[in-house]
Amino acid sequence: MADLTNTETIRPGWFSTLANPTTFMRLSGKVLPWLTIATLLLFAVGLTGAFLAPPDYQQGETVRIMFIHVPSAWLAMMCYTIIAISSAGYLIWRHPLADVSAKAAAPIGATFTLLALVTGSLWGKPMWGAYWVWDARLTSVLILFFLYLGLIALRQAIDEPGRAGRAAAILALIGAVNIPIIKYSVNWWNTLHQPASVIRADGPTIHSSLLWPLLVMAIAFTLLFVVLHLKAMRAEILRRRCDALIARHVRGDAARAGTEEAANA
Amino acid sequence: MKAFLALLTRDLTLALRQGSAIGTALGFYLIAVSIIPLGLGPDLALLSRIAPGILWISFLLSAVLSVDALFQEDRDDGSLDALAIGPLPSELIAASKSLAHWLTTCVPLIVVTPLAGLLLNMELDAVPKLLATLAVGTLGISFVAGAGAALTLGLRRGALLLPLLILPLFAPFLIFGVGALSGAPGAFSQSILLLGALSLFSVAAMPFAAALALRLSLE
Repeated sequence: MADLTNTETIRPGWFSTLANPTTFMRLSGKVLPWLTIATLLLFAVGLTGAFLAPPDYQQGETVRIMFIHVPSAWLAMMCYTIIAISSAGYLIWRHPLADVSAKAAAPIGATFTLLALVTGSLWGKPMWGAYWVWDARLTSVLILFFLYLGLIALRQAIDEPGRAGRAAAILALIGAVNIPIIKYSVNWWNTLHQPASVIRADGPTIHSSLLWPLLVMAIAFTLLFVVLHLKAMRAEILRRRCDALIARHVRGDAARAGTEEAANA
Repeated sequence: MKAFLALLTRDLTLALRQGSAIGTALGFYLIAVSIIPLGLGPDLALLSRIAPGILWISFLLSAVLSVDALFQEDRDDGSLDALAIGPLPSELIAASKSLAHWLTTCVPLIVVTPLAGLLLNMELDAVPKLLATLAVGTLGISFVAGAGAALTLGLRRGALLLPLLILPLFAPFLIFGVGALSGAPGAFSQSILLLGALSLFSVAAMPFAAALALRLSLE
């Protein structure tokens, strides 16, 4: 079960049922416990594999950083793509759930991007002799991190939720140009960062003892993202309902105060 | 088209008669360029090597500084509302404003760049190349900045937020602009083509984002 809000339309009816916040709350509430269990199991398997894998003949034990670093970097990009798709959906159909999805994904994406940057620099120190080098991939991921911060900051700067959502959506779409640049930066500019080694036309160049834990970890991280994203979306929907209730309450109070005043006068 | 040109002429005339916006950006640019050697030390060999980078960065900062006022004044005196209900679609309003920003801010900055390069002991034969990268790249920058200005229009702390939002988007321009002068064989022709592509893409796409943002802020 993938992310419910962002999958392509299979049948129009099916999609619009899912896009109903109440249906979404009910379904995501049912699915979440199972997803959480699956995530924990996959992490257990993946981490065991990561620790049991033989050290790399060139990189030694430091190769194990890869099992955190590569999935984080992959999620950093996937998360922005989801924000961009949600934003487009929000701008086109004005559906509140797309905005909830974009808003909930931004801090998660920023965290994964930071994780990728930090683990990358810890890996870079023994490999390249420096924590940070101005390599094309590193620089473009750093810019991605700034884009996430900009999205969060813009949303916080606008009080009115509908306007904040649309402004953030426009910015997310402008920034989406960066995603292909990041993806292909290692292929376009041959700098320090190693080129793609898992998904290649001529098959993976990475040894199978390292490959299977990496793939398990990638799936585990993706599931973790789905769990966090659904959780954050649920929290955001509940927050909006609370805000609506409070607003109604305040309006009710004001109306009652108005009638009392009128009665007293 | 006629309305587009009328709006552009109006903005250019206003900028020329006022002069303050052009003056501020120029002053900021020259001060930024001259304050960097104070921080780095007066080593002329070092300065001439990093001059393109210094000039490009100072240029970007000056452009950001002056873009904040792009829609703000028109919003404050109500002419933006008048424009919005006029015959010109918001995409063209945004395009005209961005083009006006390029003509009134970037072009004067490009004109004084040889002088700034002289201050930094830049090699004379590199100056035309630098001017070419600036002329090609900054057009796109004005359009990206225009979209950013429309997004932050009317926000509290909008002027502070704006650089945060658009400076990351300037990074590809900066990379190719400075990369063109790296001296590697073929670097100049390759980089300037990429810069041109970036600029054309921005000119084509950014007015739509800016128009969305403008309609949002005028609601």
